[in-house]
Amino acid sequence: MKSAIAAFALTSALVAPGLAAARPVTFTTTLNNYGGDGAYLALYLTDASGAYAGTLWMAGGKSKYYDSLAGWYRATGGDPAQIDGITGASVGAGRTLEITLDLADALFDAGYVLHVDAAVEDMRDSPDDVAVPLTTQGAGKTTQGRRYVASLKYDM
Amino acid sequence: MIRVLLHRWPGLAGLLLVTLLAVSGAALSVYPAIERLASPQAAGGLSVGDLAARVQAEYPGVEQIRGAPSGRITAWWFQDGTPGAAVIDPATGQGVAPVDASPAERWLVNLHRQLFAGDTGRLVMATGAGVMLLLCASGAVLIARRMGGWRRWFGRTRGRLAARLHVEMARIAVAGLALSALTALWMTASTFGLLPDQARAPLFPATTSGQTGIAPNHIAALADLPVAALRDLSFPDPTDPTDAFTLKTDRGAGYLDQGTGEVLAWTDAQTLSRVTETFTMLHTGRGAAVIGLVLGLMALSVPALAVSGFALWLAGWRARPRIRRNASASRAETVIFVGSEAGSTWGFAATLHRALSEAGQSVHVAPMTAFDPARYRAAKRLLILAATYGDGMAPASAKGFIERLEHAPALSGVPVAVLGFGDHSFPAFCAFADEVAQLLTAKGWTELLPPDAVDRQSPRDFARWGRALGRTLGLELELVHQPVQPATEALTLVSRRDYGAQVQAPTAILRFALPRAGFWQRLTRRGFAQFQAGDLLAVLPEGAPGVAPMPRLYSLASGSRDGFVEIVVRKQPGGLCSGQLVALEPGSTIRAFIRPNPGFHSGHGRAPLILIGAGTGIGPLAGMIRANRRARPVHLFFGLRARDSDFFFAEELAGWQRDGRLARLTTATSRGPRPYYVQDALRHEAAEVLAMIRSGARIMVCGGRAMAEGVTAALTDILAPAGLTPAVLKAEGRYVEDVF
Repeated sequence: MKSAIAAFALTSALVAPGLAAARPVTFTTTLNNYGGDGAYLALYLTDASGAYAGTLWMAGGKSKYYDSLAGWYRATGGDPAQIDGITGASVGAGRTLEITLDLADALFDAGYVLHVDAAVEDMRDSPDDVAVPLTTQGAGKTTQGRRYVASLKYDM
Repeated sequence: MIRVLLHRWPGLAGLLLVTLLAVSGAALSVYPAIERLASPQAAGGLSVGDLAARVQAEYPGVEQIRGAPSGRITAWWFQDGTPGAAVIDPATGQGVAPVDASPAERWLVNLHRQLFAGDTGRLVMATGAGVMLLLCASGAVLIARRMGGWRRWFGRTRGRLAARLHVEMARIAVAGLALSALTALWMTASTFGLLPDQARAPLFPATTSGQTGIAPNHIAALADLPVAALRDLSFPDPTDPTDAFTLKTDRGAGYLDQGTGEVLAWTDAQTLSRVTETFTMLHTGRGAAVIGLVLGLMALSVPALAVSGFALWLAGWRARPRIRRNASASRAETVIFVGSEAGSTWGFAATLHRALSEAGQSVHVAPMTAFDPARYRAAKRLLILAATYGDGMAPASAKGFIERLEHAPALSGVPVAVLGFGDHSFPAFCAFADEVAQLLTAKGWTELLPPDAVDRQSPRDFARWGRALGRTLGLELELVHQPVQPATEALTLVSRRDYGAQVQAPTAILRFALPRAGFWQRLTRRGFAQFQAGDLLAVLPEGAPGVAPMPRLYSLASGSRDGFVEIVVRKQPGGLCSGQLVALEPGSTIRAFIRPNPGFHSGHGRAPLILIGAGTGIGPLAGMIRANRRARPVHLFFGLRARDSDFFFAEELAGWQRDGRLARLTTATSRGPRPYYVQDALRHEAAEVLAMIRSGARIMVCGGRAMAEGVTAALTDILAPAGLTPAVLKAEGRYVEDVF
């Protein structure tokens, strides 16, 4: 179980004072037993137009592997400022990553999509292993990933 | 300094870690070779474009194709909602094998790389690699020093077995081990982002053509790219026109438009990242399976190096000085200086200290580095025991001695004796001791004893020097150096043959029953379970109760295979032990143990043997002839006083001549109107002797010092026409002596 509370570092427009109402949201990502080393995971958001909106969490500390998280890397160019203070260890097969963040209410039901890119050494990369819209309805429901992510859910 | 600080301590400290790294690395080196053999290889002309098209035809949902340096092609796809993957045969584009690495390999990688402990484990293992690199560097310097220079790297190794094995393995493996360690450190630095070698993909292009659907084999960049250069090709999402192909090759990385095939962005790999890729290939063997196997094989030497290195340290540690009741430097009558490299000379010094102390002397032992004549106010004599390191250099505990000696005035009335410790198989035998002795003379010190030498820690040489020292001090000094005194056995005399009464030298050939060896002795081939003629029997004389007697050494005239223990003993005037032995009756027992003397074994092989012995020195030579069942050509020169009094083994020698164990016997008798010695006999048969030496003969000499010197002088003359000297033969191990 990984647990963390971090300052939410989405782009400033989304945390503007007028939209300041925020609440803690817990993201629980469980990996399946894919039989490999620890997975690098990037959790990030895109807005209604599909443009990158910000990173929630980076699991995996070595920046030289970040370009294997193709969707995130494409969106950010690997910019270290995007993950400053929200980086943790890679997540082992079968393990669960749990993070709690204060998210602005405005991010829900507004077309934002949560993406999880995953990569494992000597195994294939899996951009968009999970892509799930952020909605108040969807809270508490689990979504299955494509390769490495067995389940993902967010609770408010 | 290098040996202790940069090799011994790091080696001992990192013993297990480095061994673990090497063994796991050696095991891992097999996988790339297996992968290489098991992977269908692409034909030389196949392009990535054609390969991608074939794979796409087989697996329309293909998302990623990866090319390993080993030639293995892997593809991943997503079809009908389920992911799939396979190793691809490039000829067909079809999957032929499952992808996943074996759990055993992953386990080994995890162990080898990080001890199952993440980044902490990585740092521990990197420390191990650093220790390995340090050991390689310091070890290489030590090998060069030992061999007498870098150019003699592959010269003949000499010295003790453990040291020889250590050097022989290390000088072959050191290059591979250093390469593995260096690349490991580089890879660790790269992993932790300490090197500016990150092969960054370029920024994703802001705009694309907006079209989709180009077939991979129509993309120019892929059509020109040989499969061997491919590292990774990721397919775009066909429903997202802003997505693109991602291509990584051995030269760089970039994006290709999925409508036009145009290169949208490209970054060439930096030099450093290519270095990292090459180092990774060398270290892992992925892409260089043969090099990987060779490095793995070299890594296998590490456990053996660890064991032999540990054995060397342990031997030195066991022989470390155990000087009890060391008198203070200012009060001691006798001051002993020790110049030792690995520590064995300290053991000899301890034996000398003990014997002199028991004889009532006050003795101080110090390393040669502590030489400071002004402190020895009560000294009556100085004894210097000096080993030589490598090519004539000062050993570790004598560094700086020469300089100190040069700047110190000679002490008047304090004579000095120098005893060198060395190995005759080194060209510079006792060169450092000789240098010390010469400088002492030059600086005006008086000589207590002529310089002498102990060859290969020979207990005989040391005992002989001890007796000479005892004579000048007016003491009976018996020095039997035995690092750890083994348990003695009771030997029962079964027969005795007496000689020499007519020449006033009562001598007996004593034959004892062979004691039953215990299981452990048989297993370790120690003690009476395994000995041969030329080894020594250490006999404990009966002494006053409560006094630990010093054993006396006698050359064995038999081997364990003969089924008995035989020695030849001449009664020494006033000799305690020889007197007891010569008076021994059958049925009575003595206490004794075996002291191996490997420097004086006849050895294997068919090369002729020239055995030269006088008096009781015939003992071990007779034993060697008795053991010569394979009729190796043996010529024995036997010096005796008179044929009717001390012709030891006369009947056996005749019998051995008949059955071929002894090819030729030459006797020289010294009593009579015209004294005739073995050295005279050698000169008389110079032509035959030289012919045998030219055909590879080995010379073994056993007897008193005067005889041995006479033999050396005679051989010097005999060898001169062939351009040889006794020293050359000694260095080759073809001229050995057992002198008492």
